[in-house]
Amino acid sequence: MLQHYLSLFVKSVFVENMALSFFLGMCSLLAVSKKVSNAVGLGIAVTFVLGITVPLNNVLLHTVLRDGALAWLHPALATVDLSFLVFLSFIGTIAALTQIVEMAVERFAPALYGALGVFLPLIAVNCAILGGSLFMDQRDYNLAESTVYGVGSGIGWLLAIVALAAVREKLRYSNPPVALRGLGLTFMVTGLLAICFMAFAGIQL
Amino acid sequence: MMFDKKTRATLLDPLIDENPIGRQVLGICSALAVTTMLSTSMVMALAVTGVLIASNVSISLIRNWIPSSIRIIVQLTIISSMVIVTDQLLKAYSYTVSKQLSVFVGLIITNCILMGRAEAFAMQNGPKASFFDAVGNGGGYSIVLLLVAAIRELLGSGRFFGMKVLPLVTDGGWYQPNGLMVLSPAAFFLIGGLIWALRTWKPAQREHEATVHIESPAHDVPAANADDAARKRAA
Repeated sequence: MLQHYLSLFVKSVFVENMALSFFLGMCSLLAVSKKVSNAVGLGIAVTFVLGITVPLNNVLLHTVLRDGALAWLHPALATVDLSFLVFLSFIGTIAALTQIVEMAVERFAPALYGALGVFLPLIAVNCAILGGSLFMDQRDYNLAESTVYGVGSGIGWLLAIVALAAVREKLRYSNPPVALRGLGLTFMVTGLLAICFMAFAGIQL
Repeated sequence: MMFDKKTRATLLDPLIDENPIGRQVLGICSALAVTTMLSTSMVMALAVTGVLIASNVSISLIRNWIPSSIRIIVQLTIISSMVIVTDQLLKAYSYTVSKQLSVFVGLIITNCILMGRAEAFAMQNGPKASFFDAVGNGGGYSIVLLLVAAIRELLGSGRFFGMKVLPLVTDGGWYQPNGLMVLSPAAFFLIGGLIWALRTWKPAQREHEATVHIESPAHDVPAANADDAARKRAA
C-alpha cells in the first residue's frame, strides 16, 4: 500500500513533471525564474496550494459534482449530474483558497508573507494548479492518492522552476546573439531541461 | 479603409508587433502542449479566440460594476462559464478532438491571454474596442500556434493536416522523420527560434537589460573573481 503511494509520488515529481512534461504553469515559470530566491518562494507557494486544492477538489467532486454524487443528500437527487460545473467549481475553490491562504499567512506568519506575498495572487491563474485538479478528475484518484499527487506535482514544479532560475542566473554572464537574449534563450534552456526530464520517462514503478 | 486608425492598431498590433506569445509572454502552456498536430491546434486556436472574444466583450460590458477587490474572481467566473460552453460544444460536435485536447480545454480558463487581456484592456475600454482587441490577440496567438504545429507535423511525421506530404522511409519513401519534433521539448526550441527570428526582424522588441555585458575578456581577470567582477558591473 505504502509502495503504491511512494511510486505515485515519484511519478508525479519526476516522470510526469507538471512543468517540464505537461508544460503547465509556464507563464509564471518563465516570468519568475530570474532569481533563485524568488523561484523558491513561488515554488513553495505552488506546492502548498496544490497540496490543499487537489484533495479539496477531490472531496467536492465526490460529494457534489459527479454523476449521482448528490444521492447522500436526498434519494431523489441520485439522477443529478453536475459534472459540467467541474471547471467553474474547481477554479472557484482555487481562487477562494488562494485568498484565504494569503490572509492567513499575512496574519499568522508575517515573515513568510513578506517572502511569498506578491506570488500568492498569481497562483490563482497558474495553470499548474487547475491542471493538477483536472488530472485528478481524469485519472479518478481517491482522497489519499490526490493528496500525494498534489504535493508531489507541487514539488516537481518547485524543482523545475529552481533549476531554470539557477541556469538563468548563470546565463547572464554569457554572450548570446542580441536578438536571442531574454525570452528566446529562456525558451531554449527550458527545452533542454525538458529533454533532461525525459530521461525519467522510461521508469516503470 | 472602413476602420479608423485606432481600431486598426488595436486589431493589427497583436498580430506581430505585440504578439501575445512572442512579446507579452502570455498563453505559453497550451502553445507548447497541443502543437503536435495541425488539426488539434486549429481547434485550440479557434476555441481560445472564441472564448477570448466572448469574455473580453462581456467583461468590458460590466467593467464599471465590478468592485476592484473581487475583480479576479468575477473575471474567472465569466471566463470559466465561456469555457464550459466551449467544452460542451466540442464534446457534442467533435468528440475525438475533445478527447485529444483532454485537460487543455479546461486549461483555457487559466490561459494567461484571457486574464491578461481582461486586466489590461477590457477593464479600461468599451465593448467595441475590446472586441477588436480580442480578435487581434486571438489572431496573434493562432498564428504562432499554427506555425509551430505546421513545422512539427511536417518534420515530425511528414504530414500536413493529416495528409501525407513527405513519404516516410517506413512506407518506402525517402523522408526519415525527425523524432525530436514529435516530442514536447521541440515546441520550446521552435518558439525560442521564432522569437529569435522575430527580434532579428524587429529590433524594437529586443531585451537589453536581460544580460550582463562583459567588455573585457574574462581571461584577464583571475578565474575565481570573474563572476564577482561581472556581478559588480551588473550592479
